[in-house]
Amino acid sequence: MKDLSLHILDILQNSIFAEAKLIKVDIYDSNLSGTLKFTISDDGKGMDDEILNKITDPFYTTRTTRKVGLGIPLLKQNCEQTGGSLSIYSTINKGTSIEALFYKNHFDMLPLGDISGVISLTFSSWSDIDFEYSHKTDFGNYVLNTKEIKETLENIPINNPQVIKFMKQMIEENLQEINAI
Amino acid sequence: MSKIKSLDDLRKIKAIVEEKMKLRENSANSEIHVQVKVAMATCGIASGAKTVMEFMIEELEKRNITALVIQTGCMGYCFAEPTIEVTMPGKDPIVFGYVDTSKADQIIEKYIKRGELVDGIIPKNYESI
Repeated sequence: MKDLSLHILDILQNSIFAEAKLIKVDIYDSNLSGTLKFTISDDGKGMDDEILNKITDPFYTTRTTRKVGLGIPLLKQNCEQTGGSLSIYSTINKGTSIEALFYKNHFDMLPLGDISGVISLTFSSWSDIDFEYSHKTDFGNYVLNTKEIKETLENIPINNPQVIKFMKQMIEENLQEINAI
Repeated sequence: MSKIKSLDDLRKIKAIVEEKMKLRENSANSEIHVQVKVAMATCGIASGAKTVMEFMIEELEKRNITALVIQTGCMGYCFAEPTIEVTMPGKDPIVFGYVDTSKADQIIEKYIKRGELVDGIIPKNYESI
């Protein structure tokens, strides 16, 4: 993956296929502590310890369309390259949360990438799922959730092209305000 | 500097979109509702599916085609990523492989607009016995 936003886009798919109804994306990007941490947590079907132990193995996947599952192993590698770590917590029928920690000043740190694009495409693609997105920096905190957006839109679908474009712009401007991008 | 956008501005967008939807309902091609699914698993994302998806959303809107562009999981064609599945109303879905923005442009112009097939179709054989 070229940047962190693409990793987030990828990991979000796992939550979606775990039949989550609410998915939270939290990013905490701090120059003061030199770290970037993102957490994705869902209320999907969760995993037992046996699967959890195998999850970082690239040759483990639950899907039937192909034999490899690289999403989590690749993310783990990118975390560890910067001296950071990846942790996954899961409870059956309660949900899963995945926490990725990066050291920003490391040479191998990936750029954040087009996070506003990723968030707006995810919001629009899975219109039945609720998302909560929060992005925190040393300068402030930006929070957005799809429930609010859907309530504002009423009968207009969230996947309308103009709405998608607007969401991307709105996220971008608000992130600039807190020096996140 | 202009004011930061908030949900209040979304209400204005909502009014514009509603107006546009009304106009489209009255026009001749209101029936055309294309569905495009972009494969967005690890394989697709790593090969640039996000760029293709953004391109499709923007270009279909610009060219006045009512379409729903959404993500989907891995379709099993990892060798041919980015792949997209296009469903025209009343027709079977067709999967296109190796889609970059210029290929996506061809798909819109030739397949979606005129019904002509373009290179790169992945034959689906799951219908055969």
